[in-house]
Amino acid sequence: MSTPNKPEKPQDTGHEWDGIRELTNPPPRWWMIMFHVGWIWCLIYFVLYPSIPLLNGSNEGLLGWTQIKEFKEAVAENDAVKAPYMEKLKVMGAGEIMADAELRNFAESAAKAAYGDNCAACHGAGGEGAVGLFPVLADDNWLYGGDIDTIVETITGGRMGNMPAHADMLEAGQIETLADFVIALPQGTATEKGWALFSDAGCMGCHGDNAQGGALNGDTFSGAANLTDQVWRFGNSREEVLRTIRFGVNQEDVAETRSAIMPAFGEKLSPELIKILAIKVHAMGGGQ
Amino acid sequence: MSENRKSTDSFEDLYADTLHYHINTGDEVIHAKRMPGRFRNLKWMTMATWLFFFIGPYLQWSGHQAILFDIPGRKFYIFGATIWPQDIWMLSLLLIMLAITLFGVTAVAGRVFCGYFCFQTVWTDIFTWLEDKIEGNPIQRRKLDKAPWTAEKIRKKTLKHSLWLLVSILTGITFAAYFTDAIELWHGYLGFTAPFIAWVVLAMFIAGTYILAGFMREQVCFWLCPYARIQSVMVDKDTILPTYDYHRGEPRGKMKGRGMEEAAKGDCIDCKMCVGVCPTGVDIREGMSEGCITCGMCIDACDSIMDKVGKPRGLIRYLSHKEMEGVTLPPLFRRPRVITYSTIFMLAVTGIIYGLATIPPIELSIVHSRQPLFMRMSDGSIQNKYTIKAVNKLDTDQRVSLTVKSSSGDIHMKDAEYFKDITLKAGKLVPFSIFLQASPASLEHENTDVQLTIQGITQPEITVIYDSVFVGPKR
Repeated sequence: MSTPNKPEKPQDTGHEWDGIRELTNPPPRWWMIMFHVGWIWCLIYFVLYPSIPLLNGSNEGLLGWTQIKEFKEAVAENDAVKAPYMEKLKVMGAGEIMADAELRNFAESAAKAAYGDNCAACHGAGGEGAVGLFPVLADDNWLYGGDIDTIVETITGGRMGNMPAHADMLEAGQIETLADFVIALPQGTATEKGWALFSDAGCMGCHGDNAQGGALNGDTFSGAANLTDQVWRFGNSREEVLRTIRFGVNQEDVAETRSAIMPAFGEKLSPELIKILAIKVHAMGGGQ
Repeated sequence: MSENRKSTDSFEDLYADTLHYHINTGDEVIHAKRMPGRFRNLKWMTMATWLFFFIGPYLQWSGHQAILFDIPGRKFYIFGATIWPQDIWMLSLLLIMLAITLFGVTAVAGRVFCGYFCFQTVWTDIFTWLEDKIEGNPIQRRKLDKAPWTAEKIRKKTLKHSLWLLVSILTGITFAAYFTDAIELWHGYLGFTAPFIAWVVLAMFIAGTYILAGFMREQVCFWLCPYARIQSVMVDKDTILPTYDYHRGEPRGKMKGRGMEEAAKGDCIDCKMCVGVCPTGVDIREGMSEGCITCGMCIDACDSIMDKVGKPRGLIRYLSHKEMEGVTLPPLFRRPRVITYSTIFMLAVTGIIYGLATIPPIELSIVHSRQPLFMRMSDGSIQNKYTIKAVNKLDTDQRVSLTVKSSSGDIHMKDAEYFKDITLKAGKLVPFSIFLQASPASLEHENTDVQLTIQGITQPEITVIYDSVFVGPKR
């Protein structure tokens, strides 16, 4: 430790050149204390933590601390907090979970990250979809059904709609008539002629006699759209509708066909995660 | 300070000054003499206010600890009031109030806080009181410090440090008890089952109290505390401070026999008693200094000496610079500083009272979903999603209704019947979503103002209103 500084009596080394003395005024004591604390701290840190860069990484340090370990511990801690809820999620059905306000709230919050990782790329952060490409999740229009169990099924097994290409099956005039009919349907101005062609061309096979689509007619397989409502899967302009009728959906060897494939997540995600994702989707605005 | 010295005739005097220049860096322990007197008694009384600190954690208020700063639970309980993080703006007002009180008091009477209330002063005083009881008066203490390590010295020193540590431990536990259940904490400490953080807090407080009050003492006032440094901008010529009346005292001189030295004509007999009793070791006769905590011990000491030599008391007394020069002090309410500080103080107090009186029992926050802003439903209607965060700050479950009102357009809530009677759990925040729907034809503008109202059913006097917006397609 340094000796006290006396401003009125400077200490020197005894060296003198041309009348200039070399002083040895010590640094202030507090400074010396900080200095010693500093290097002692460094030494302790050096021993406790990884500090020496070697060819294959660095030495371990007495504490064996690494960033990834700290991260894993934090994840484990987080998992421990979630564990009691996750246990419940495992044994309860999605419907039961939704009936419990607290559990439902947990599910929706816990699904946030998984939704962002797996769903948001196509369906959008808020389930807003992408016009003509990916279905909207936040509305009440469901191709395969909007009850919680069907949503779980959709995420687990994926979906692939199917609509034949009619370019070669129907005449050009017929296709145009059908397009006009489909556009007129939601406005309530559909003609008898249109309904007749809709029936004759076999459209009602999938879309139903009432044109309300597969899901509403008890078919959760074909994914045939409801043609009478205000929601459009592939856009409602005449060109878009014509394209859909001409080239269909998911048709092999048809270049301009619509692509509408929902991948299966059953193998990628755990059943609990799929359950909470379904709850989140259900809560986006149109769950039934 | 310089007025009491003769004007410097030569530069030698300047250098002579530096020979007296002394910086107290704690090289020597200051052993202050303890003397009875008016200010000593006053100090005991003001110090006693700290007893409330030790009693505080054990007070109960309607079933819970009266003062509890529940950090993990994000709630402060102060008697009847429960302060949530949302109410923390009141804390800033409280801090303003305390700061202004400090400024105001300093402007009027200097470092009253330092001398009579500051924990550093109070704990140091307790520590030196113990030291005085165990090791004797300052002369005996200095002697003991220099003496070799005999059994007697070891006994005294051990006893002293043990008592110091005891006070430190008590201080630490008491402090920690404000942040958790006090009784449970005692069990935890005594049974060695307290959580790690509780031990850290305790260790820090023991170390802090023991070192600061036992060893650093006046060094804290000199070199750590910012108050000593900024006091000079807070005091003015109207501020009354313990002051040496140099008009009366100078020229000072020692008593000889029954009379004074030849040259001395002033009342100061240069007995240095004022320096001897000073807990920070300053010489009050040098004038105001950063070391003076205005505790008044020197006044007591000087008065006792003046009594003995048959001179009037008050050679050192609370005196302002103006009074020293024979000017009468203006009344308090005529001083700009006092007026300004009082105004700010009153504003802050009014704000706190207003805040405490109007803490809403239910805090409502509604977030309109931004992505998507709105959704077109299959029947063509427009739907908006809102996340409702309603905090029930009361300690009972509350049944409430949630309703919507819009400035124009036919906006209604999905499942409106359900939200007419919902329950908000006591002291909890469970966010939930609601959907508002409207037919696009009824919307006059792209954005429509909506007003969501929570109306108490359990307690009908509760009404919380939140303004939001309903977004429709561009028109």
